[in-house]
Formats: sequence, structure tokens, C-alpha cells
Amino acid sequence: MVKILAIESSCDETAAAVVEDGRQVLSNIIATQIPTHKLYGGVVPEIASREHLEAIVAVVDQAMEASGCAFADIDAIAVTKGPGLVGSLLVGVSYGKALAMALDKPLIGVHHLEGHIMANFLEHSDLSFPFLALVVSGSHSGLIWVEDFGKYRPLGQSRDDAAGEAFDKIARALGLPYPGGPAIQKAALEGDPHKYDFPRAWLESGSYDFSFSGLKSSVLNFLNQCRMKNEPISVPDIAASVQEAIVEVLAEKAIKGAVTEHTDTIVLAGGVAANKQLRERLQSNKQGIKIIWPSLVFCTDNAAMIGAAAFGKYQKGEFSDLSLNATASLPIFENSQQD
Amino acid sequence: MELVTYGPEETFSLGEKIGRYIVPGSILALSGDLGVGKTALSQGIAKGLGITEQVVSPTFVLIQEYEGGRLPLYHMDMYRLKTEREFAQLGLEDYFNSNGVMVIEWAERLGGLLPADHIAIHIQAVSDTERKLTVSYDESKFIKQPLWLREVFADEIIGH
Repeated sequence: MVKILAIESSCDETAAAVVEDGRQVLSNIIATQIPTHKLYGGVVPEIASREHLEAIVAVVDQAMEASGCAFADIDAIAVTKGPGLVGSLLVGVSYGKALAMALDKPLIGVHHLEGHIMANFLEHSDLSFPFLALVVSGSHSGLIWVEDFGKYRPLGQSRDDAAGEAFDKIARALGLPYPGGPAIQKAALEGDPHKYDFPRAWLESGSYDFSFSGLKSSVLNFLNQCRMKNEPISVPDIAASVQEAIVEVLAEKAIKGAVTEHTDTIVLAGGVAANKQLRERLQSNKQGIKIIWPSLVFCTDNAAMIGAAAFGKYQKGEFSDLSLNATASLPIFENSQQD
Repeated sequence: MELVTYGPEETFSLGEKIGRYIVPGSILALSGDLGVGKTALSQGIAKGLGITEQVVSPTFVLIQEYEGGRLPLYHMDMYRLKTEREFAQLGLEDYFNSNGVMVIEWAERLGGLLPADHIAIHIQAVSDTERKLTVSYDESKFIKQPLWLREVFADEIIGH
């Protein structure tokens, strides 16, 4: 049994987890989700996002305690090396390196998106390579062919605003709270998804790239026109129609990609994987393609997913040395240059 | 300085020109409503700097770094940040003191933390496609005047 202590601090969340054999989550701690008094005995008034330096020690300690493991039981230390905010990443990378050195354990640097994809192994013991991954988060949308741990081929990527970002910005324009995805999904429940025919950017024929900037502009222009004409707007109808426009493009390209690549499995990864409409649309496919997604806690940023991805590297003996660095802009593919 | 662009392609081209002439350590503070073309301008700046990587919106990750061009580009979005403490934790001084180019959206949120020697670019929607860009800066705050701006706007200026 391989036990990996994993650390994630690429953006908003400070997180740590202990994962066994890349599939069994022994503990999964996220700083903003634990009551402050549990972390500090009431000393620090509030744990906000990106308080990595304040939170890292307590979060790792709590992940160890909740797992029932001692440091001696841990086989490797895994940490997110990028992409993300350098200042945030560095806290996790430095702490991971220090632990690896002090405990004399191997160190494994993991790509954040690789973590999101491999999160699917945490709850689906029957999942096996290869498969198609639809990665949809606040910072990324893309279709990635996953051959094995570490073997990725991009079919398509964001050209401007990621799907989660389109949700956020349109939510902002509609006066809905951040993050926009859940807010729009909630507002859409009361709305008519076919009320407004917002544009779908299919791009060139055969392209699997995504572009949601045009949709954003179209919705904003529409809102401006309504305001100028003094026409009332229905937030639920707009939310439902926007969600429909985003989900339709994501789902259709993903299904097409799966058919082209002859796979019967699509895994969802990233925060937008939590969108119910997207899941249902994908599941209604007529090609018999199986759709898999992680629970909400493993969709959004967490450390268990880093432990899942690190297990693949552990098996292959792909360890990092103590020169491991945090990298803001890090492609998941070997030769990632576009065009 | 003011000028008008017609369509996102023209906003992109203007950005491209800025990217070709901009000097190390420059700080551009972009403002304007959602969908007005801030990202299109930023993508143009990246292209002008010779960056081939796809430039995407930085709202979620707050800072996107692009190293592949003539100068590093740091594309930032301060929208999600509220407190001084949050800004302090970003390590912005490291970026401000670098030799890169900083393009900051929602820079007004930085208040006094935004270095005074920045160039403000405000984009305003005149119609669905027409945009008015206003470029301004405080000459007294610059040790070395941003004369490169003249090159960019040489054929484009429509007024002062």
C-alpha cells in the first residue's frame, strides 16, 4: 500500500490530503472549509483564501491526524508545482520540499490540471486508461486525450475566456454572486433555456477549441440594449439561456471528440464539472458513451486529486529532486506550443 | 490621448503596436466595462511582444505569466481581491520591480498600492463595436518619460 501525503496551494485554497494507492482518500483537508478554532484554537479570526503561509502547517497536520497515519507511514510527498500564482504555489512547494528532506521521503511535483483529471480515480475504481477528459474550470477549458499517467494530447483548448470565467463574468453583469457557475445554475432553475438564442462559438469545422468571449459580449450588449430601451430583464431566463449556450458547446465538442477518438469514456474535471446541466446533457448522448465525474469536493481545488495523480508518477519512479520549483505558466503537454 | 477602434480586431492591432514599442518595467492599468475589449487589447500586446502562447483571461488565477516573448508579460486581474492583506500576499512588488510588462485589469482596486508611474488606458463602448480609448499618465511621476507611446500613437491620435 502506497501512502502519499499531497499538498495543493496553486490559487485560492490551501489543502492537504493523504491518499492510498492513488484511489483511497484517507484524509482531505481544505483550509477554507475547516472551522478556524479547529485550526488555531481560536487565535486567528478568519481563514480567507490565499492565506497559504498562515494555514499550511495546520492543514498538513490536520490531514495527517485525520488519516490516522504517522509521518513514518508515508511513502512520498506530492505537491502542485504549477500552473498558478507563483507566490501561492511556492508555499506548498517549499513546505513539501522541506518535509521530503526532513523525513527523507521521495518528492513528486504534480501539474494542477493532471490532478483535476486524476481526481476521477478517487471514486471510480473501475476507471481505466485511455479516456477523454473535458477539463472545465475557472481558468481553463479544454479537451484532453489521456493515454496514461503523464501521457496527454490536447484536442482543444480555451482561446479566450474559460467556461468558468464566462459564468463568472456574466454572473457579475447579472448582479449574481461569485463564483458565477453555481449562481447561474441556481438562477437558471426558474428560467427558460430557450428564451434567448445566445451565440455558440463552434469555431472552424473540426476544431475542438473553446471560445466564450463572444457569448459574454453578446449577453452584455443584450443587457445594455434592454437598459437603454427600459425593457425589464429576466435574470432566470438569461441565466438559463447562457447556461444552455455554454453547456451545448462543451457537451457537443466532448461527444464528438470521444467518437473521433473511439473511446467510450469521458471524464469531467474542474469546478464546472459540478454543473448539473452539463452532466445531464453529456449523459443523454446516443452513442453509449459513459460520463464520469468526481464529487463536488474533488471537482474544486483539493489535495486528494494531487495524491491521485502522484501515485502514477510514484509507480513509474518519476520523482522530483529538491530543485523543484513553482512555475506560474506550465503546459501539461510535453510539446505544448500551439499552432 | 484619445483614439477610436472599430471592432475587436482593431483593438487587438492597437495592442500589438503597444507590445512592439513598450519598454521594460511598464505598468499599464486597464479599465472599462466587461466585454469592452480589455482582453483583446492584452492579447494584442502579447502578440506584439512576440509571445506565441495563448493569452487567456486572468480573472481566476489573478496573475498569468508569459515568458516566451521579447519581455515577460504579467497579465493581472484584481477584480476578485478586496483587502490590502490580499494584495500584500500576492507579492506585487516583485512584479512592479521586474523588467517585465504589467497589464493590470481592475487596477483601481489597488488604490495607493498601484505605482504612480503607471499608464492608464480606459476603454469605453461607444456602440456595439466602436470603442473609445483614452490614454493618460502623470508626467511628474515618471523618471523616464514613456516616449514609446508616441510611436504607438503616431498615426492614430485623433485628439489630446
